Amino acid sequence: MIRDFSLIWQSADRLLDGLINTVLLSLVGAVLALALGALLAIPLMASNPVLRLVSRGFVDLMRCVPFLMLTYLVYYGLPRLGLRFDNWTAGLVAIVVYNTAYMAEIIRGIWSRLERETIEAAVAFGFHGWRLVSRIILPQIVLAAGPMIGNQLIQIIKDTAFLTIIAVPELTHAANSIQAQYFIPFATFITAVLLYWALCMLVEVGVYAVERIAEKRR
Amino acid sequence: MTDTASESRDAPVLAPVLEISGLTKTFDDKVVLDGVSLTVARGQTVCLLGPSGSGKSTLLRCVNWLEKPDQGTVLLCGERIGMRPGGVVPMGNAELAKLRMRMGTVFQHFNLWPHLTVLQNIIEAPVHVQKRRREEVIAEAEALLENVGLADKRDAFPSRLSGGQKQRVGIARALAMKPELLLFDEPTSALDPELVGEVVAVMKSLSQAGSTMLVVTHEMGFARETADKVVLMDGGRVVEEGGPEEFFGNPRTERARQFLQRYVSA
Ligand SMILES: Nc1ncnc2c1ncn2[C@@H]1O[C@H](COP(=O)(O)OP(=O)(O)OP(=O)(O)O)[C@@H](O)[C@H]1O
Ligand SMILES: [Mg+2]
Repeated sequence: MIRDFSLIWQSADRLLDGLINTVLLSLVGAVLALALGALLAIPLMASNPVLRLVSRGFVDLMRCVPFLMLTYLVYYGLPRLGLRFDNWTAGLVAIVVYNTAYMAEIIRGIWSRLERETIEAAVAFGFHGWRLVSRIILPQIVLAAGPMIGNQLIQIIKDTAFLTIIAVPELTHAANSIQAQYFIPFATFITAVLLYWALCMLVEVGVYAVERIAEKRR
Repeated sequence: MTDTASESRDAPVLAPVLEISGLTKTFDDKVVLDGVSLTVARGQTVCLLGPSGSGKSTLLRCVNWLEKPDQGTVLLCGERIGMRPGGVVPMGNAELAKLRMRMGTVFQHFNLWPHLTVLQNIIEAPVHVQKRRREEVIAEAEALLENVGLADKRDAFPSRLSGGQKQRVGIARALAMKPELLLFDEPTSALDPELVGEVVAVMKSLSQAGSTMLVVTHEMGFARETADKVVLMDGGRVVEEGGPEEFFGNPRTERARQFLQRYVSA
């Protein structure tokens, strides 16, 4: 067993590469999904029924499709339509498209429950434009949405593991290839599991910080 | 007129701070304001009374252009609100904000910003809208908190306050703007009866200190003792206006008599 872990230690650079890719895919994917989700929340909240129907249709579709299936579609399916990505980009596209729907739904939920009156009060006091958004609206949304966005980030980190199926060199892929080389499944996979767990703990710490800030204000 | 001394000091005596004339507003076929005219002179406290649905809140919301009236004009110290000079081109948000920051509004449901502390609520608009120096505004805010008896709540969040305390913060927040006009929309209606007194006391002292105030209220005691002028609205119109003694003692219209019977005896 000691020998197994020393083999892992020798392959640390591969695991580290995988870990970095997992972190990059998760973070870049989450940030893009959050930004696009915020945009998508606008038609979800629109008074125009066509806009609402179309955006709602997309969100509901994404929530019913298994992530693995969407990944297959992006990587194997889209080239048939002339859209060809390398593995890494295909993985990122799948993550972003999939999670944009979830983020939009999170933001729409918070937004619709945000007290209109506090926003109107700010307008009455002379707030408008970006300053209204950045000082009054966004802080309230972030405080309310922090925990849900954190949960989604954890979901994204776990979903990146599926990308091994299209040979994206992320953590699961690295672990797989190390175990295939040395046949030390327990040591390899437990190491990978611990690394995923460490990532999630980092997210949890962030969520906890936001929650503490929000709690004082409730 | 309760305070003649301060009035003779503030010459010209009756310079209007707010002049509303011929205001109409229709919400899908329902006429909510039907040619309302109303003047508030400098240093005056005008109480706006009327049954539910008579258009009082809508009138206040038209004053700071949260609601766009269909017709009529609103002047703040002689400057037209909502329309550029000439009265054809509507103002943009930035121009409106310049006028709005000269008024302070106190809301029925307080509408404090929940993510900010009491002190931050008070300094938020003076610092970020009026762009005044932060240290200066903080010093003023602390003095205001002292005045409304909430110095010890400086760093509390609004959620931790009672209704009466929230409303006193709401008043301090409005005062921190150094407004030329204070607008109150039923500031005590959402309070438990035992908390009404503390808010009314603050409003009375403001009125006595010479603030210019337009107050929508159902507190007849406050109107009778504090108002320089009482205005009764019904069905989107002003049905009677006059001094408090005259209005409460000897109302001219049948409508005012009915209203007083319902609200004062109740
Ligand atoms: N945004 C709106 N859309 C449609 N109708 C509205 C709107 N705002 C107000 N109204 C209607 O206008 C009328 C007057 O409302 P307003 O809130 O001004 O009355 P109020 O005198 O303040 O009453 P209250 O004492 O209950 O606060 C009501 O019939 C109300 O339903
Ligand atoms: Mg009202």
